[in-house]
Amino acid sequence: MSANIRKIVVQVDEVRIEMGQPVNPPTRRALAMAVIANPYAGRYSENLDELIAIGEELGSLLGQKCVQALGIAPGAAQSYGKAAIVGEAGELEHAAAILHPKLGAPLRQAVEKGAALVPSAKKQGGLGAAIDVPLGHKDAAFVRSHFDAMEARVADAPRANEIVVAVVVTDSGRPLPRIGGLQAHEIQGTDGLR
Amino acid sequence: MIEIRRTFTHVEDIHHEFGPPPAQPLRRGAIGAVLANPYAGRYVQDILPMMEALQPVGLAMARQLLAAMEVPVERIATYGKGAIVGAAGELEHGALWHVPGGYAMRELLGWKGDRAAYASGTVVDKKGQPGNGLSIVPSTKKVGPPGAALDVPLTNINASYVRGQFDAIEVRVPGAPASDEVVFILAMTTGYRVHDRVGGLRAENIAQWDGLR
Repeated sequence: MSANIRKIVVQVDEVRIEMGQPVNPPTRRALAMAVIANPYAGRYSENLDELIAIGEELGSLLGQKCVQALGIAPGAAQSYGKAAIVGEAGELEHAAAILHPKLGAPLRQAVEKGAALVPSAKKQGGLGAAIDVPLGHKDAAFVRSHFDAMEARVADAPRANEIVVAVVVTDSGRPLPRIGGLQAHEIQGTDGLR
Repeated sequence: MIEIRRTFTHVEDIHHEFGPPPAQPLRRGAIGAVLANPYAGRYVQDILPMMEALQPVGLAMARQLLAAMEVPVERIATYGKGAIVGAAGELEHGALWHVPGGYAMRELLGWKGDRAAYASGTVVDKKGQPGNGLSIVPSTKKVGPPGAALDVPLTNINASYVRGQFDAIEVRVPGAPASDEVVFILAMTTGYRVHDRVGGLRAENIAQWDGLR
């Protein structure tokens, strides 16, 4: 069964100047969110297969929306993250069912490669609840310049029986990274860490 | 005078709101540009130079928003604008947006008015539809903290009384405005509220082309 999508939201955040310093090229982060009906709202279900399938569908859809909004080739994506906000008639495990079993593979396809774990966050919340989507370099989780987060929020969601699912893809790290650590040009990109 | 620190675009497709989904979802978009406020922290009597300087910023924002929305300009049916002024500024700094913000979208949508006649206040007697972007661009403004949300009103681009298109979109840029910044906002949509059904003037019945009906 495919997701009953009420709303799709796509945002692009471009930073050109930070603390008076030009950011060149500007950093850009794209956020894509889907507001979907929660098929298990209001009841306990041992089996969460419908949400797992929805996760797979949204990994592809939202990943592609982000890449398209950035106007980049998939391989030019640098970092990513994912998150979900479950409305009050659902349970936290519903977010886990969407995010963890099957969302990752199609998302990685959308950004080409993606050896690193996709950092994630989840919570329960009401209309307009915000969640900070954690971000990490897509091929090496230890790249310090790409540790970041982007705030995700839909003003009129989630209703009690809805879930907000968010994916973020960037073509850059933080605006003025200068705290050392592993640099993006130094990575091996095979074990997902370094 | 113009220092654009950041831009933030927001595009949404509303497929339904628990009613029958329309054939084509409603697309709504907004752009917030975070600019340094050159008048922050003090009272400046003459702020009009900023209004002039904002004209090209408005046009660039309107184009960036339309590109983000990925629709042909002919599909833009409603518009609105707004400003959120950081804490070291005053509400009047947000009012600087009225002319350049409104002008920008009208220009993009094909406003065909006679600018000289408009400026001198003379009336040009024309029959039929004189281009697009005839109606006033509705607006809101406020002084607010970083991440403040602004409800930007939306109405039809040619006739303010098209009831099914009265709407508003909540716009906020996480982390902005800082106290010495202003977030200038433009918003556009492709049409009617997703389940509009409270009657009133329809866009296809616009007849007077006076910006109202």
